[in-house]
Amino acid sequence: MKIVLEHLTKQFISRNSSSEIVTAVNDFDFEIPDGKLVGLLGPSGCGKSTTLNLICGLEVPTEGKIYFGDLDVTALPPENRGVGMVFQNYALYPHLTVRQNILFPLENLKGEQKLSKEVMNEKALEAARLVQIDTLMERKPSELSGGQQQRVAIARALVKTPGVLLLDEPLSNLDARLRLQTREQIRRIQKETGITTIFVTHDQEEAMSISDLIIVMKEGMMQQMGKPQEVYNHPANLFVAKFLGTPAINVFEGKILDHKVYIGEDAVMDTEAEDQDIYVGIRPEGFIPDRNGKFNCRFDRIETTGRDTSIVCHNDSCISDSDIRVIVDSDDELNNENGIIRFNLKPNKTHLFSKKDETVI
Amino acid sequence: MYNRNNLKGWLYLLPALAFISVFMIYPLIDVFVYSFEENYNFASQSYTGVGLYNYSYILHDPYFLQAVKNTFILVIITVPLSTGIALLISLALNSIKKLKDLFQTVFFLPYVTNTLAVGLVFMILFKKTAYTEGLINLLLNSVGISSVDFIEGPYWAKMFVLCFYTIWVVLPFKILILTSALASVNKDYYNVARIDGTSKLRIFTRITLPMISPSLFYLIITGFIGAFKAYSDVVALFGTDLNAAGMNTIVGYVYDMLYGNSGGYPSFASAAALVLFAIVLTITVINLLVSRKNVHYQ
Repeated sequence: MKIVLEHLTKQFISRNSSSEIVTAVNDFDFEIPDGKLVGLLGPSGCGKSTTLNLICGLEVPTEGKIYFGDLDVTALPPENRGVGMVFQNYALYPHLTVRQNILFPLENLKGEQKLSKEVMNEKALEAARLVQIDTLMERKPSELSGGQQQRVAIARALVKTPGVLLLDEPLSNLDARLRLQTREQIRRIQKETGITTIFVTHDQEEAMSISDLIIVMKEGMMQQMGKPQEVYNHPANLFVAKFLGTPAINVFEGKILDHKVYIGEDAVMDTEAEDQDIYVGIRPEGFIPDRNGKFNCRFDRIETTGRDTSIVCHNDSCISDSDIRVIVDSDDELNNENGIIRFNLKPNKTHLFSKKDETVI
Repeated sequence: MYNRNNLKGWLYLLPALAFISVFMIYPLIDVFVYSFEENYNFASQSYTGVGLYNYSYILHDPYFLQAVKNTFILVIITVPLSTGIALLISLALNSIKKLKDLFQTVFFLPYVTNTLAVGLVFMILFKKTAYTEGLINLLLNSVGISSVDFIEGPYWAKMFVLCFYTIWVVLPFKILILTSALASVNKDYYNVARIDGTSKLRIFTRITLPMISPSLFYLIITGFIGAFKAYSDVVALFGTDLNAAGMNTIVGYVYDMLYGNSGGYPSFASAAALVLFAIVLTITVINLLVSRKNVHYQ
């Protein structure tokens, strides 16, 4: 089922002073196509969980409309929307077994929808098989690992075969290895069921790795929506560029003069844009070490972590929080004369942003 | 090293152990012994025989049987009612936003109010004097029901006042415990239940109740024990001659046997105390057995 958000806005009255209004979600206007896995991405407090709560109906929007398919669900209570939701802490009922937890939504069905015991058990087992916990049906949640608990929560959300599956920070309570495994699982389950799935995360790597589409948010505003690699390669503004990618993009203050991009004294590349003050964002993989390169940096050290070799260096125009990080092939020839290292820049890994509004040039 | 630490541990425990031995364990054993010694006398430390005579005597004493009956009525009425009312009030408190703090304070006031002040309030409510019929009677009169003497009148009226008083006195503590138990239930459980279309009743019986069951169970156990120990409230309401008023409780009977008007029978008092002990123990064991199935600790 496709999901359409139309000028969706949610405002809260601030807890500290009642006169102050906080806009958690600001004029969201986009469409999520049917059957896609969508990552809602942004730093903490950017309104992504509020967006999820609006879609599932736990929160009522201040303005705007929500459509599932062609149906306007804005005024529908959560139970009539046909959504399944997995909470960050899983919210499994601790006093019920895995089976009872998965059966719980089915037992709520009333009237014509009411199912027989056999059908309910069948459906519960089917959901359990899908997430591969069908051997743990009689255990209590406290007897399961974090990853297993999470799969039970997914099974419970899926057992009513909802049109939309919502996951709130599904991986943040898992350790690093399990996180990798579980995100593959989520991808697989979503592919098998074909349910339109939205998940919220602040971890860009997580979102990039499994999503069909990502939506980057900041302070209640949608910044950019698109395929992960597209958003990474063509960030709409400085925030998106900085938020995506590890190590983070290196940001420099610079200017354009006579169709040349200057960082400090170095004219690093050509451009067609007008003269103006700019920010230059260069991905760590956007540097080519070159003895005659145009961009000078002060060499600090080389760090090798696993397969990556990175050069750490400094430049006075750099305004990133940390040092400049350059990822190079380990067999690249390094030129290091008197502590100065020179690079040429890959144009497709270098992004120019207007200093005025931080949008891409 | 191990032994020395062990010794040190016992040394730290010593003050507590000493107090418990002197004031709890020794008296317990003593009472147990007295209850089998006939006509034990404190002054002369003498007794006339050993056997079950004391038990036989009190179990045939109409005053004791009346006390047992009163205590059981009190327990059976006040424990479920007070817990139930406390649960209802806590649920209501938990679901309102405005004035929640005010109501919480109001409901907690009886807990910190002086007993004498509470007694005075109940006198104004129920006691018939030369000057007034009492507030409750005035209310009854206004709807056309004739006055009832709640303090010196018929048995059921006195029992009603006692139960009313007991419930009112124990409510604040129970409300306090239950509101905090309700508040500590993670809101996500309710959100999940809402998304799954769970009815209000089912949310209450399948989620809320199991989640607060440890607190509820604690209140029921302590409620039973507290109600079985009822004495001072009864004295406050009906005076010291409880046997004459027909409102004695088991603890009251024990006290009367030791010091009261008929006083000076420690053997009978000990036997009665042990009967109470047996009753409380039985009820608590039953509670524990029932709870094993229905109480969910996390």
